[in-house]
This record gives sequence, C-alpha cells and structure tokens, in this order.
Amino acid sequence: MAILVDGPTKVVVSGLTGREGRFHALRNRAYGTKIVAGVTPGKAGQDVEGIPVFDTIADAVAETGANTSLIFVPPRFATEAILEAADSELDLIVCITEGIPVRDMARTASYLRGKPSSLVGPNCPGVISPGRSNVGIIPGEICIPGRVGLVSRSGTLTYQIVHELTQRGIGQSTCVGMGGDPVHGLGFLESLALFNWDPETDLVVMIGEIGGDDEERAAEYIAQEMTKPVVAYIAGFTAPPGKRMGHAGAIVTGSRGTAQAKADALEAAGVPVGRTPTEVAALVQSRLAETASS
Amino acid sequence: MDLYEYQGKELFKRHGIPVPRFIIAETPESARAATEILGGRSVVKVQVQVGGRGKGGGVVLADTPDDAEEAAERMLRDGFQGHRVNRVLVEERLSIAREFYAAILLDRSTGTDLAMVASEGGIDIEELARTRPEALRRLHIDPEIGIHPYHLRALTGALPSEARDLVENILAGLYDVLVKEDATLVEVNPLVLLTDGRVFALDAKVTVDDNALWRQPEIEMLRTVFPINRLEFLAREAGLQYVKLDGQVGIIGNGAGLVMSTLDVVQQAGAGAANFLDVGGGASADAIATSLEVILSDPNVRSVLVNIFGGITRCDLVAAGLLEALERVKPTVQIVVRLDGTNAEEGRRILEAAAHPRIVVAGTMLEAAQRAAELATGVIA
Repeated sequence: MAILVDGPTKVVVSGLTGREGRFHALRNRAYGTKIVAGVTPGKAGQDVEGIPVFDTIADAVAETGANTSLIFVPPRFATEAILEAADSELDLIVCITEGIPVRDMARTASYLRGKPSSLVGPNCPGVISPGRSNVGIIPGEICIPGRVGLVSRSGTLTYQIVHELTQRGIGQSTCVGMGGDPVHGLGFLESLALFNWDPETDLVVMIGEIGGDDEERAAEYIAQEMTKPVVAYIAGFTAPPGKRMGHAGAIVTGSRGTAQAKADALEAAGVPVGRTPTEVAALVQSRLAETASS
Repeated sequence: MDLYEYQGKELFKRHGIPVPRFIIAETPESARAATEILGGRSVVKVQVQVGGRGKGGGVVLADTPDDAEEAAERMLRDGFQGHRVNRVLVEERLSIAREFYAAILLDRSTGTDLAMVASEGGIDIEELARTRPEALRRLHIDPEIGIHPYHLRALTGALPSEARDLVENILAGLYDVLVKEDATLVEVNPLVLLTDGRVFALDAKVTVDDNALWRQPEIEMLRTVFPINRLEFLAREAGLQYVKLDGQVGIIGNGAGLVMSTLDVVQQAGAGAANFLDVGGGASADAIATSLEVILSDPNVRSVLVNIFGGITRCDLVAAGLLEALERVKPTVQIVVRLDGTNAEEGRRILEAAAHPRIVVAGTMLEAAQRAAELATGVIA
C-alpha cells in the first residue's frame, strides 16, 4: 500500500465541470485513477464523460463512497471546497488551486486541526503513486513505479527531478507535491514520517526552496527519527533577499529562509544536498547502491 | 505587496491607531510649507521600502523650515541607498519618553498569527529575542478565534503600567488592520510613549497579501504610484512573474521552482542570470514573445536560456510559439532552448527543421545552462 494514494483511492473532483477540472480529471482517469464523482453546485444529475456530478461533496460520498477530494475551483471558492471535504471526513484532500488569500488558508488550516482529513496543497501539483493512482496534475508519463519517495514544494522542478530519476531507471513509490504557499497542509515532516513507515519506500528525495523554515524543521526530524536515507535539493541559491520568486512562499526575508541556511541544516543532519537536479539523481543512485550492498 | 510608511499610517488612522500628524511632500518647497504648518519644526523621513533609514541619513530632525527644505531637497535629489525617492514624509516633532515595539504577523511555520510586544523600540527584534528575552512578549493567535482582551493583557506585560491600556488599544487596531486589510505583517518600530502620556505609532510597516488584492481594491490602487522597474512593469502587465537580476543570461522557464533552479544552475556554469521569469502554464506564442521582449530590453543580456519542462505545457506548441515570437522580436543574441516532457521530441524536431540562426537546441538542462553561460561570458571576454 503506497502512501496517500493507491489503487483503491476513490476521488471526488470539486470543479469537475470547469475547464481545468475536466481536463485533469479525465487525464487522471485515463491513468487508471478511480475518478468516481464531480461536484458543482447546481449541476447535480449531469455527468462529465460518464462521471456523475453532484451538488455537494456529502451527496457524492453517499452515492459513490469517495474517500479523496481533488479541488480545482477558483481561489475565492477553494477554501470552501476544502472545508466541505473536511466536513465529509474524507481521508485526503488535494487542493491544486493557486492564489488563495493566505488569511483564508490560515483559518481553514486552523479548522482542519484535529480533523481526520489530511490536506495536500494548496497551489500544488498533487500526488502520484506511479502505476497505481494519480490525483492532480503531475504528468504520469514521466514517472515509473519503484521505491524512491519524493516530496516537493514545487511543480515543474519536481518533474525535472523525477525525469532525471526515471532516465536512470530509478522508479518512485509516491511523489507528493506539497505546494508553494506559505500556509499549507501536509509538509516535509508529515511526508517524511509517512515514507519512513512505508514498507515500499527505501529512500526519500526532498525538494525545497527559499523561504520559511520547513526544510530546517525537516532536518531536525531527519536527525532524530528518520531511519531511511534522504537526499535533498534546494532551489534559490542565487535568489536576492526581499524578492518573491514566483511562489507566494518563496522569499528570503532578511537573513532568514536562504537556500544556504537550509542546505547547511540538512547537511548537518547527514542529508546530502545536490547542487543541480542532475546531481540529485546521481546522489540517489549512489545511495541506493550503498544500501543494496550493505 | 509592501506599503510605504505614509500608506501604512493612513491605514493605521482608519483603524483608530494614533499616528503623528504628517504631510506628504514631493518638492523641497512643500516640505518647508509642511514644516511651517506643523509649528516650525518637523521630522523629514525619506519614503523608500528599505530598512535602516535612521542610520543612513533617511530621517532628519528639522529645527526650522529651512532645515526641512534642505533635507527634502537632498533626499529627493540623491535618493536613498540606490533607490529613487519621489516623496518625503514631513511629520510633527513629539516629546518622547519611552520607545516600544509592536508587531503582528502571519507565522508560516504554525499557520497562525504571531503577536509581539517589546519594552524597547527601534531595535532588531530577533537580536532582542536572543539577548534580552524578558523584554519581549510573544503570543500565537488562532485566526479562527481572533485576538481577545486576555491576549492583549498578556502581550503588554513587559511595558510600564501607565502605557498598557493605550498599547492594548493599539494592538487591537493592528489586529484589525491584519484581518480587514489582508495584511500578512503589521509592524510598529518604534511605538512611542510621549511625555504627556499619549502613545503613538511613530513608524508603520505593512505587507499586504498579493493573493487578496482582488478584495482590497483601495490597496490595489496604491500600486499605481509605486515607482517600480520599467521591465517589471511590462512583465506584470503581461501576467508574467519577472524579477530583474544582475547577470548576463536572460532566463525564461515554466514554473517558479524550475526557474529558480535554472538560475542556480547557470551560476554553477560560471555565469549569472539576468532575471527570474516564469511564463507559467501554457506558454503561448504571445507569452513567449512578451517574455523575450522584456528580457531583450535589458542591456546586460548576452544570451537567453529557455528552459521548459512540459507537463501541461506542450513542448511542440512552445517551439512553434518561440518561432512565431522570433518573427516579431529580432534578437541580436543567441537563444539556447531546452525542451523536455510532453511532446518534447516533436518540439525539438520543429526547432531543428526551422534551423533559425538565433536558436541553439540543447539536450539537457545542465547542457543548456553551460551553453548559455559560455555564450554570455564569451561575448564579454
């Protein structure tokens, strides 16, 4: 059983009837993911290429037994979709939407504390367990099944590193795109913990970037708890302080959140940090070889 | 989006936070007139979005209208630490007894608001937290619950008793700014207790969430007065994420993380990136043409690196878009293109078939960065 999403995962898509939602949900279904329902208020009874549409997530869950929510609705309605999914006690909520006001997200995150649902995102590419289930927008073709777990704050950079792994024949157990927003659901810590317990994962790649202290806290966790090897990459060594580099959360404030500080913290915890995506893949390959021979 | 001090103070006034009387001046003469209105003495403060104004000559105590005029003239003429200065704030002089510090910010590591009050002002708060933690009170506020009187009482615990009630009102006001204006940071450094017992916000630092500007139209309008870089303005109008940097390799990529990584890899290859530019998903001919226009109008650019990993973005469309863009923009430097992911082979075939004299196709991200770096530094040497 892979972490977060696997063969049995049944997905209800908020915003299935929108352009983005429809496109990606159908791609996910073509990959083999069980896309069982869509939700668009006022469109109950319609369907999108055979996927039934409901007015509410509660209705969709009652009819189809969905356990995972995938959200594509625009930023001003996205937190409502997250709350609705949480109230239906879905196991996993994956929110792709970019541009949610951070205050809305902070209130939502506060409400989710102590609830059974895990949130991935927002502003994230989603989660894929190659060959089993793809929930989100990660292109399935670049992944191959295998035993390396991957967790990342970025989208296309994740694809780049997955691609480099795949080219070397190194497959992935699960890739988690946690997203680039300052307030988000599942982070490095939670993902590392899941991979640490996952019998199908031998090594974890974490892909961080400037801003915040998620990577530093992950380094502490790795030093104390992690029993599997971790290889890291940090983007933004050359990013100037005070400039937001695309992602809302990617900003060096004063001396805090620099790539160097993050790499130092990780290296102090025994985690090798590749300086280019290619070097990351090479590090993974040599670590796996060491583990196999020991 | 960071606000200027005077904009922050306007917001403070609206939320009942006392600030000194101030007048904005755009000429030395109006700084003089403002000082006369304020009673013949004033403080003249340069309006720029950098710290360290006090130490760097950006804050001048003017004892006469002449002084104020002279200070304003210098600031408006010379700028401040390389930043152009369009406005100065001319403020009443106050008799200060004590300085404090107050701030509320969204703490991303907890996803809650962090309120801080210190019994010292004009200080580096991180430094104070290390050296004199007893002078600082910190409290996390759950955004679902909001700030309550017991929070306020606890936060002012290190302040002199005569100031506490007034500071508590100000903290409630700051929280109001945070929530109602969609700010992610409100900071007052210093907050001052006057000899007559009143408490004023002497400075105002406010950062507003860019993602919330659609519901803060008044703040969005403030943007228009920001004297930003011309290239950044062009890019923003086209919906591109662009940040000007100092190197010679112009960068176009899709996705913030990949672009950041591209900047780093270019540096590893021995050159510097001239910019950060994320064309976003889709990467249409229009978006690429505008990106090229923006990048090529930077005179430092010696080569361009286009690094696309197609997920949703289709590389064949990117290649076609690039060729179309080159019909409109006639570059004088080489453009190194690396395409991978969705329809990459088709994209590379299109570029190779076109054999455009300005396009160099590279197989991998690393190879592309090395090639672009060579082209950029080769021209200089």
